[in-house]
Amino acid sequence: MSILEVNNVSIRYMTGDFKDIGLKEYIMRRLKGDYHVREFWADKDITFSLEQGDMLGIIGTNGAGKSTLLKAISGIMEPTKGKVVRKGNIAALLELASGFDGDLTVRENAYLRGAMLGYTRKFMDETYNSIIEFAELQEFQDRPFKQLSSGMRSRLAFAIASLVRPDILILDEVLSVGDGAFRKKSEAKMREIIAGGATTILVSHSVQQVRELCNKVLWLDKGRQVAFGAAEPLCGLYQRYLDKELTLEQAAELWEQGIPAVPDIV
Amino acid sequence: MYKKLTRYQFLFEELVKRDFKKKYKRTVLGMVWSVLSPLLTLLVMKLVFTQFFGRTTPHYTIYLFCGNLIFSCFNESTIQGMTSLMGNAAIFTKVNIPKYLFLFSKNVQTLINFGLSLCVFFLFCILDHIAFTWKFILLLYPIACLALFNIGVGLVLSALFVFFRDVQYLWSVFTMLLMYMSAIFYTIDKYSYEVQCLFLLNPVYLLIRYFRKIVIEATIPTIWFHLLMAADVFIVFGLGCWMYKKYNTKFLYYV
Repeated sequence: MSILEVNNVSIRYMTGDFKDIGLKEYIMRRLKGDYHVREFWADKDITFSLEQGDMLGIIGTNGAGKSTLLKAISGIMEPTKGKVVRKGNIAALLELASGFDGDLTVRENAYLRGAMLGYTRKFMDETYNSIIEFAELQEFQDRPFKQLSSGMRSRLAFAIASLVRPDILILDEVLSVGDGAFRKKSEAKMREIIAGGATTILVSHSVQQVRELCNKVLWLDKGRQVAFGAAEPLCGLYQRYLDKELTLEQAAELWEQGIPAVPDIV
Repeated sequence: MYKKLTRYQFLFEELVKRDFKKKYKRTVLGMVWSVLSPLLTLLVMKLVFTQFFGRTTPHYTIYLFCGNLIFSCFNESTIQGMTSLMGNAAIFTKVNIPKYLFLFSKNVQTLINFGLSLCVFFLFCILDHIAFTWKFILLLYPIACLALFNIGVGLVLSALFVFFRDVQYLWSVFTMLLMYMSAIFYTIDKYSYEVQCLFLLNPVYLLIRYFRKIVIEATIPTIWFHLLMAADVFIVFGLGCWMYKKYNTKFLYYV
């Protein structure tokens, strides 16, 4: 039984006039028949499924539709077509450092973020000290958040977020935070969560990282699904594509022919 | 519904706290302003309008205060509510939480302000030798109506504001119009019967009138008056809920 099924999911963004025009312009253009909305498919026909304990890495160049897909999976967005079936609760950590409030202190922000992620107050009271310790922000607890460096912000975000114990965990560029030492620590923490049995989806630009952590990989390019399957061979192909040894078509073709399509390794 | 409430209770509390801190940041007097600013408005109105209306209207200060109390709560709540969704765009595009929480949190704040002003209002009633009767308990009805009405209008405005930023300018003009049409500082006795009936179409006027009837005239409005208020609230609140439900996943594209 798959814990997450994504069936033919397509997501359309509307772009064009409508966003920045005001009410007057809107009415004028409607009257004149000059109102244009362009479609833009951020994701097209994405299909895959994950089993309990899988760790999926989503790779692809900028603008491949990775973050949009994650939004659909986490339920922030409704897919325009297709369906996402989730079994169990889901926690999405998207672009962690944003959504904090600059005027509040570190402590207040930590509680607010915890609340957003669905923790209880009791839980936050109990774990607050270890969060701050993990983020190495002991001296900054009562400083306004805007005084923190961006590295510190991400560290706090990760420290809070890593406490989640969901069935499905979504991580968008989360692991690329902080300096080298912190990155090591956060990866260790991630492994701990995965070992706890959570199904995890990770977006990363580091092929190295995906290789180390994931057992399945989804490769997207400009909204299309290039390949989905076992991590090791696919990462190899992707690396060769990045090194310009292969074109996208060649890579897709190689994948179709040779390497086993659905892996049995967990 | 209950499950949802308990689930988001902590988040809601934190949001209320945040809005409070942000509002009174760098103000020396802090919350005192919530009481002081309606009092100052009252003072200005009293100075300006006593000449014109004060002589013929009994308890004119209280009369004015009723109007100001209701209207300023409505005004503050809707203006703040309008930006509540847009202002939290960074949050609701990243985390899947009910979007109306932002508006509710703002409304809690304005209700607390209203409560403080209400205390001062009762103090003024004592100073003005108004007799307190059991009928004062009925004031809970217009207060509940006001709170729900504010939320309803806030839902509609905050949703519209995401799509059209013009709404804020239109709304400020509209509230000014509404203020003059709510008989805050004048009485409507001099108008013909038909015009007086037109005032009943204004929900804010109904709320103010209810307060004045209870406090100054010590009479209870008719059952129809109650129903009319309830209908206004129901319509606006329903419209707001419908908009939020319909556009729940579409707001994202416009921010």
